[in-house]
Amino acid sequence: MTRTVRVASGQGFWGDSLDAPRQQVDGGPIDYLMLDYLAEVTMSILQKQKERDPVMGYARDFIGAIESVLPGIVDRGVKVIANAGGVNPTACAHALLAAIARAGHGGKVTIGVVTGDDLLPRLDELLAAGHELKNMDTGAPLSSVRGRVLSANAYIGSTPIVEALQQGAQIVVTGRSTDTALTMAPLRHEFGWAADAWNQLAAGIVAGHILECGAQSSGGNCLHDWRSIPDLANVGYPIAEVQADGTFVITKHPNTGGRVSVPSVSEQLVYEMGDPHSYITPDVVADFTSIQVAADGENRVRVHGITGGPATPFLKVSIAYRAGYKAVGSLVYSWPDALEKAELANRILRERLDRLGLKFDQVLSEFVGANATHGHLAGDGRHAPEVQFRIGVRGEDRASVERFTREIAPLVLNGPPSVTGFAGGRPKVEEVIAYWPALIDKRVVTTQVEVLS
Amino acid sequence: MSERTVEVQLLDIAHTRSGDKGDMANCGVIALRPEWYDVLVHELTAERVRTHFGALITGRVERFELPNLNALNFLLHGALDGGGTLSLKTDAQGKVVSTALLRMVITVPAITAEVRGLPLYNPTP
Repeated sequence: MTRTVRVASGQGFWGDSLDAPRQQVDGGPIDYLMLDYLAEVTMSILQKQKERDPVMGYARDFIGAIESVLPGIVDRGVKVIANAGGVNPTACAHALLAAIARAGHGGKVTIGVVTGDDLLPRLDELLAAGHELKNMDTGAPLSSVRGRVLSANAYIGSTPIVEALQQGAQIVVTGRSTDTALTMAPLRHEFGWAADAWNQLAAGIVAGHILECGAQSSGGNCLHDWRSIPDLANVGYPIAEVQADGTFVITKHPNTGGRVSVPSVSEQLVYEMGDPHSYITPDVVADFTSIQVAADGENRVRVHGITGGPATPFLKVSIAYRAGYKAVGSLVYSWPDALEKAELANRILRERLDRLGLKFDQVLSEFVGANATHGHLAGDGRHAPEVQFRIGVRGEDRASVERFTREIAPLVLNGPPSVTGFAGGRPKVEEVIAYWPALIDKRVVTTQVEVLS
Repeated sequence: MSERTVEVQLLDIAHTRSGDKGDMANCGVIALRPEWYDVLVHELTAERVRTHFGALITGRVERFELPNLNALNFLLHGALDGGGTLSLKTDAQGKVVSTALLRMVITVPAITAEVRGLPLYNPTP
């Protein structure tokens, strides 16, 4: 018997298409819908929202997404796994229950809530117990920025989501689960993969990696033969059709745009890749050099042969802390000599900042249209019809950054000629929330699962 | 005896995608044809990629081979002005760093180019 479980991707980040979840549920048969809402920056934003209002702190788009797919959930039993809970999964679940009741489906949908990833309330206890939470990149101990920490979350794996599914949850809401766990959990639940079935678990991770960025594996942002990718306006989001041995096919619903091909899937496989021999997750270490991909008909790619090994004794922790202020402003200079004018504006502005005695940790100038993304490799940029002069500063002193934002507009009248593009007004000063990646002993992170209806 | 060589631009033999890991950018480079993967392995060394990027990055370059995908993965250390939210760059997350790599012109033996059907670099003046 070759049973297939279909997991569909409906959201690659908070801000992705509002219609994708419904299109995945209504466009053809699927068993699970996975929705990834969290990026590193998202957690600290949500933490700030929760500080202002204790019932906030989750991805609010998720409520609308569920409202849009309720008929499919209620009538066809499609299950949903989402890390939309952010820093407040319980509040997210209660908001969801209220929305389901408002839609007239009260009592018909059970919601599993996974908590325990939030280490902020335990941070001092952990530090006191000798968990230094050293910065993985710099080796510095967390105590050096402790007073500025905004949020601290462990990336948790698929196990608590599997528990929620086993307890009958139809929608599972988590906080900082790994993106790949959202795909892995339903596969473990359906196929009963053992906790040491490394090759199958690695296959689940690879399927998760292909799905976690939404349409980026089904023709979106695909460089290969990009002109010929059809109907991106109606792009179909990816679906993994997985079998018990871990073999799967990536495809998309019929009558959708985009393209699922060996190149489109391969580009997603190498996206954000580190050492391909060890893709480390809480569940398994997957070997991306084992992945075999082959065309399997139109808009179908077969993925197989994946191997993996035991997980490490650690979980990654993402800590967000306040790290000063920044602002970025820009002006546009036109032909003739657009780049030369923009470069002169840069020199003038920097001289004025110096005369004002303003000190910053970083000042970065770019000339968009000439060399902002390719630097010296882009050639001399002399013939550009227009160039955007873009300058940013970052520093600890808010007043200095604020003063910087007042120094750009004057250049329109008192700097080089042929300048425009200041309609947006003064740049805004933003607080910088920086990231502190650390590792923690797995055993000290305990997760909880609760099922509500 | 010196061997005759020709020039090939990466743009014509590979496609790429990149992303970030802190202050590192990754560049996944995938051969457009399986028979061109070997050329990438031989010619696209970590040292040459480091030289290509020059002052655009501040750190070293690591290379990993993925023969299963006909791909190489490069890690460019110090590519993102601090990375993440600290970076002031337009491309703070390294999304298009790999397109700068596609500009690279490599020199290959003429016989290799002929046997593998490599498209020759033809710079427009």
